[in-house]
Amino acid sequence: MLYKFLMSVYKEILLLKRDFGGLVILFVMPLVLIVTITLIQDSTFKTVSDSKIPILLIDNDKDVISNSVKDNLAQSGSFEIITEIDNKNITEEIAKEAVFKGKFQLAIVIPENLSHDLQLKVNQNVDKITANFGLTEDSIAVQEQLNPKEIKLYFDPATQLSFKNGVKNGIDKMISKIETKSIYETFQEQLGEGDEPIFSQENFISFKEIVPQVNNEDVKPNSVQHNVPAWTLFAIFFIIVPLSINIVKEKNQGTMIRLITNPVPYAILLAGKTATYLLICVIQFFLMIAVGIYLFPYLDLPVLDVSGKLFLMTFVAIFSGLAAIGLGILLGTIAKTQEQSAPFGATSVVILAAIGGVWVPVFAMPKIMQFVSNVSPMNWGLNAFYDVLLRNGSIIDILPELFFLLLFFISTTTIAIVYDKKKRAV
Amino acid sequence: MNEPIIQTQKLYKKYKDADDFSVNDLSLVVKRKEIFGLLGPNGAGKTTLISMLCGLIKPTSGSFTINNLSYHKNANAIKKVIGVVPQEYALYPTLTAKENLLYFGSMYGLKGKNLHIKVNEALEHLGLLKFANKQIETFSGGMKRRVNLIAGILHNPTILFLDEPTVGVDVQSKNVIIDYLKRLNENGTTIIYTSHHLTEAQDFCTKIAIIDRGKIYAEGTAKELIASTENATNLEDVFISLTGKELRDAI
Repeated sequence: MLYKFLMSVYKEILLLKRDFGGLVILFVMPLVLIVTITLIQDSTFKTVSDSKIPILLIDNDKDVISNSVKDNLAQSGSFEIITEIDNKNITEEIAKEAVFKGKFQLAIVIPENLSHDLQLKVNQNVDKITANFGLTEDSIAVQEQLNPKEIKLYFDPATQLSFKNGVKNGIDKMISKIETKSIYETFQEQLGEGDEPIFSQENFISFKEIVPQVNNEDVKPNSVQHNVPAWTLFAIFFIIVPLSINIVKEKNQGTMIRLITNPVPYAILLAGKTATYLLICVIQFFLMIAVGIYLFPYLDLPVLDVSGKLFLMTFVAIFSGLAAIGLGILLGTIAKTQEQSAPFGATSVVILAAIGGVWVPVFAMPKIMQFVSNVSPMNWGLNAFYDVLLRNGSIIDILPELFFLLLFFISTTTIAIVYDKKKRAV
Repeated sequence: MNEPIIQTQKLYKKYKDADDFSVNDLSLVVKRKEIFGLLGPNGAGKTTLISMLCGLIKPTSGSFTINNLSYHKNANAIKKVIGVVPQEYALYPTLTAKENLLYFGSMYGLKGKNLHIKVNEALEHLGLLKFANKQIETFSGGMKRRVNLIAGILHNPTILFLDEPTVGVDVQSKNVIIDYLKRLNENGTTIIYTSHHLTEAQDFCTKIAIIDRGKIYAEGTAKELIASTENATNLEDVFISLTGKELRDAI
């Protein structure tokens, strides 16, 4: 049996060797993919952090608050503030049209008398408080009724939700800070004597991100640490396409008929395919790791740090490869033509990647998709990679994921064998 | 010679969604060292019968024995003594003739020098040795047929199933194939053969069964069949007499 198995592996290797297009798909395309995606994501990050996004600002206030907003936006370093187009002041209508047509991502409209009205409102509140505490001798004058003010934000409809949320949160924080500062200053004016500040205006509560540590040093993940495992997994799962085509071809060429009539168990034939394609998965994995370590620095990308983790990562790659191979065998067994197996295989990999959390983190998905994600083999693989690479996990931490990946391989292969037997019984 | 090597009893096969049985209450006996021809129009049930005997598909009901072994319980033992030459070129187009044959030979447990010798001998007998290291996709139809045949006989099978082994080949290739099969038969291989070439079957087969609509209509040597059919001078007359002239287009 071992000899038959080894000959099956040799045959599969020969078939792959003679299929240049298939080899390109298997080895070159994943490398192109990982380099392209990482470069794009890294450059997007740099665009956001290094270069500035032009935004329109319509300042109808022209006072303290609008100046403070401008200063804060300028200090953030992320935005270039535009107040004129073609040497003309921008009106709200012009800004709205420009943004909704996608010429700008964002317009901020600061309402008239915002600074004045805010100060008036704060004064009214402070007066009430000090009067209640008997801190002022004067009786409170009849107060002017003030309507709440709004700062309008116009977003390009094509702008991504994450960017919109980020900007909205930033502006909200900025306004809160300005309001708080204004309240403190008003109290200072009413209660303070001389220039000596009676309130500390610094934030009392701040936050600090605590990251995992190895040897008393913080493990700070970068985009490469996230990207390489995710896209390596994506490439590993693409093995479904050539493998399913390989099986469909054997059925259509008639070689499967010959093999079924030979005194060799079908499981040995599948084992030969599994071993060969698993070898390819492992080679793919090491190639992509090598690219992360040796090529990325030359492309001005952060280096992939796998120190002390390569052994466990290889385990994850092997078990993920097995899961992908199981799915490829099942697809190849069920599909009747290459026209069925190739597009279905490619599309299913993209769907598995999407629900597995390669593009959108699982926690950001709707509840139903989070549930679906839990039963996606790509999610198990990705979690195992992140456990090892980012969460400093041990073999114990990744055992559940490895078990599920193995179980998936066994289940899909068993279904394929049973399906094949049943089909021949018709 | 008179010892039965294949026996089928009340064999039935009905495909899913089919209206009629492809093999219908078929009982036959093939004796050792016979060249048994299964002749019939398209859709008669020849390939279905061979597919069941090779273990490719399961019968709906009925039973059969090969080499006195029931397939149900002895599938692996039977697979070792049978050789199959399917209608398709069941070969890997991007592998060379030799790579294909070494692989298929190894699946029968042949290995090492013995396997290489058998492959080279067979290639030489069928005039293909100089093309041994060429990829199958570069071969003509006749050359592919010959490699297809070798892949089924490397392990010296006791019984050889041939499903239209000479379809689409030139006369030269056909003669080489038939001569080689006759030699195999002389060395003790029982051959079950389907074809639409009635003249070829008349010359080649030691026994013939005319099969149609899943049933055997007549069985005997070519001479016996011709003699038993009124106004028949050759096998084609027998064939038409038994199966009629209407077209047998079926899906």
